[in-house]
Amino acid sequence: MSVIAPKFRLGYFLKGIFDNAFWILTIVTLAGIPAIQIVLFYLELPVIDGELLTAFLAFTWLFNPTMQVPLIKALIYSDLFRIAAFPGFGFAALIAAGTIFVERKMLAKLQLRVGPFYCGKIEGILQLAGDGLKLISKEIIIPAKADKPLFWAAPVLFVGTAAAFVALIPVAPGGWVVADLDVGLLAVFAVIGFFPIITILSAWSANSKFPFIGGIRALHQMVSFEIPLILSLLGVVILTGTLNLSEIVESQSSFPWIIFMPIGAIVFFTTMLAELERIPFDLPEAESEIVAGWLTEFSGMMYGLVQLGSYLKLYAFAALFVIIFLGGWTGPVFWPPLDTELITEGIPIPNYAGDPILTVAAPGLPLLDKDPNEWVMQEQGGLVYTSGQLLVSGVIWFVLKTVGVIFFILLPRGVFPRIRLDMLLHIGWYKLIGLSFVNIFIALGLVYAGVIGPGGIL
Amino acid sequence: MTEVIPTKQMPPGLQVENVDDRIMTLNVGPQHPGSGHMRIIVKIDGDYIVSADPDPGYVHRGEEKMAESRNYITNIPHLERPVIHDSCNILYPYVLGVEELVGIEVPERAKYVRVIAAELNRCIYIQYWLAIYGIFLGHSTMFMWPAGDRELLIDLMEKITGARVTHAYFIPGGVRNDVPSNFEDVCLRQVNYFEKRIKEYADIFYDNPILKARTEDTGVLSREDAIRLGTTGSVLRASGVDYDLRIKEPYDVYDELDVHTNVLKAGDSYARSKVPWLDMLESCNIIRQALEKMPKSGSVRTKLKPNPKGGEGEVYRRVESGRGSAGCHIISKSKPEPYRLKLSVSSFRNLIALPYLLKGEKLGNMPAVYWSLNYWPVEADR
Repeated sequence: MSVIAPKFRLGYFLKGIFDNAFWILTIVTLAGIPAIQIVLFYLELPVIDGELLTAFLAFTWLFNPTMQVPLIKALIYSDLFRIAAFPGFGFAALIAAGTIFVERKMLAKLQLRVGPFYCGKIEGILQLAGDGLKLISKEIIIPAKADKPLFWAAPVLFVGTAAAFVALIPVAPGGWVVADLDVGLLAVFAVIGFFPIITILSAWSANSKFPFIGGIRALHQMVSFEIPLILSLLGVVILTGTLNLSEIVESQSSFPWIIFMPIGAIVFFTTMLAELERIPFDLPEAESEIVAGWLTEFSGMMYGLVQLGSYLKLYAFAALFVIIFLGGWTGPVFWPPLDTELITEGIPIPNYAGDPILTVAAPGLPLLDKDPNEWVMQEQGGLVYTSGQLLVSGVIWFVLKTVGVIFFILLPRGVFPRIRLDMLLHIGWYKLIGLSFVNIFIALGLVYAGVIGPGGIL
Repeated sequence: MTEVIPTKQMPPGLQVENVDDRIMTLNVGPQHPGSGHMRIIVKIDGDYIVSADPDPGYVHRGEEKMAESRNYITNIPHLERPVIHDSCNILYPYVLGVEELVGIEVPERAKYVRVIAAELNRCIYIQYWLAIYGIFLGHSTMFMWPAGDRELLIDLMEKITGARVTHAYFIPGGVRNDVPSNFEDVCLRQVNYFEKRIKEYADIFYDNPILKARTEDTGVLSREDAIRLGTTGSVLRASGVDYDLRIKEPYDVYDELDVHTNVLKAGDSYARSKVPWLDMLESCNIIRQALEKMPKSGSVRTKLKPNPKGGEGEVYRRVESGRGSAGCHIISKSKPEPYRLKLSVSSFRNLIALPYLLKGEKLGNMPAVYWSLNYWPVEADR
């Protein structure tokens, strides 16, 4: 048979690390420490609180939790952190990178292959980094007759719009969202409406035939699937009476809306696949027909940016599905609730005779909450959850559900061939719009029959 | 566009012609993932193809002219180059013709070995073709599965001939060498497993509702048109014509084996893609029969004189290759080299149907129709 990739061996892996560790230590000793000392020699060190800030003092601060906490807290609750790291770009990019890795390995298993294997020690985990480096190092070629400003702008706009979409996604309870809008769902529709414009802009500005056909196809596809996409979400809006995504999630604390809205969920999932240009709806990038569709003329990191944008978009759509239909971050909290006294006064623990010998206290638990005096998030009997507990548990539930939805977005790629433009439009205009109206009528029926709403379950 | 240059006849793609502003001309190929080593000049009106003009010839290597300056034995390796994935079948008519010209008998065992090798090679070719058909329709699993399962038979051919792809195994007078000692067991095992694997393709590919919706009723070639345009092989059989050279003009030991043909009536892309797959299942049956009936020992090669001379005269033999009839016309003038040698290949004859099938189709159907014609660009250019 053909060459089979060698199995992962712990011994080789450890040996690789030790080999590398030797060189790292050697270089740090010979070059790093002298370099730091030279820098320190020329620095004019400031005096803080009557104390000269030496390197030793800086290290002390770095490892002193009481000095650190306010700094970390200020960082976490800053807007920059939200936009760049946790609920925003960094978090989404991390999930997107994981998605690409899982997509490759899963598809490889489905197709009886190995998938990326050699780049990175474990199962080709650094393949994406390698691909990114390759794309960055490649020359960017722009067609001679292209409309250069628009052609340059298109990938950047694409990533920007995808990031704007990500910014609207609430991730955890307690306002963990970049932009908490009362018209959150409307803003999502507005952002989704931008994608066909950017696509046709880039396709037209390339001034080439295959991108043009691909752009027209993308326009057909996105515009005709936007209508069922918006209509399929209206059922949930009717039931909850709000457009705020955080409030939609909180309305599902007892059950997710997919129980009442399975048709809406199916319609939204299908339209989602089409908006994401994933197989079987990848007509705008149909390789055997129109080379790479509207991406044909992009080269180097411009292509990389479009890919980044499309995977951010994938994460955002999957997260939107989770928020609307699967209840977002709601779910059983993983940690047990705490006694209030554990944080305030401490719980005395008696010995066998009943004499208190030990007091267990953890006043530091709500340390990272926004306001340490209002750390009680949810009361249950005499027990409480701190906001930190709810944050971690909520994020874990959210990520688990999102990853599940992403798995089902990736799966059709290994199973279905591509469909044709007329079949696509037929599905969009005849079937999905009709089904989404059925969904809306179900929602109206539930509200007027009193099953849900005042007097009903809620 | 008013200016017309009515000078001399320019090659396709370079002519200046008056076209409607609605019409867009696409050069699909030769550097296009949806073409082979060839170009299709497609004119589209919106999503509909107005005309399609195939432009083969990018890989013309002059195999026929080369054959005139080489003797009958040294012609063998380069005459299989047009379709290296089906190298036994493309060489088969040449070998049969030379045997007739030189006038030698082939041992019985060699005939069976040839049939087994030819059927194995047919499966190898069809798997490759099927893989590309899968990826043309955007089905990446259908690319990987046949490309991987093909290895089973390639390993088998490697055991027999020593080469994975370009075997040069058939020679006038038999085959180059005998099969290894445990070949029959290994071959039976691999072929049974291979058959089990390709039956799974029905679940993921041929019974897939999206594939059926995409390829059924696209590029319909009626029975009359299929005969009139001179198509052969799977294209002809998908249009409802029961024509298989293994039955109509049996060569070697095909008349002693129970060979069935697979005929579908629809004549659309789906039928044209399904007939080769059914052919693979039939090939597995033929291989099992041949393994059973094969003489267990004996010579596999009648020794030729060094540098044999063909007699005065001409000969035309044809066989059923993976794509259709493959013929070889040799004119001999009592020399060690053939005076003229012409290959009649099915790829070129099936390509003739392409402009008729693509006219009026949607652009999305282009790869599905084009590759369903069982066309191999290198073979067509020779």
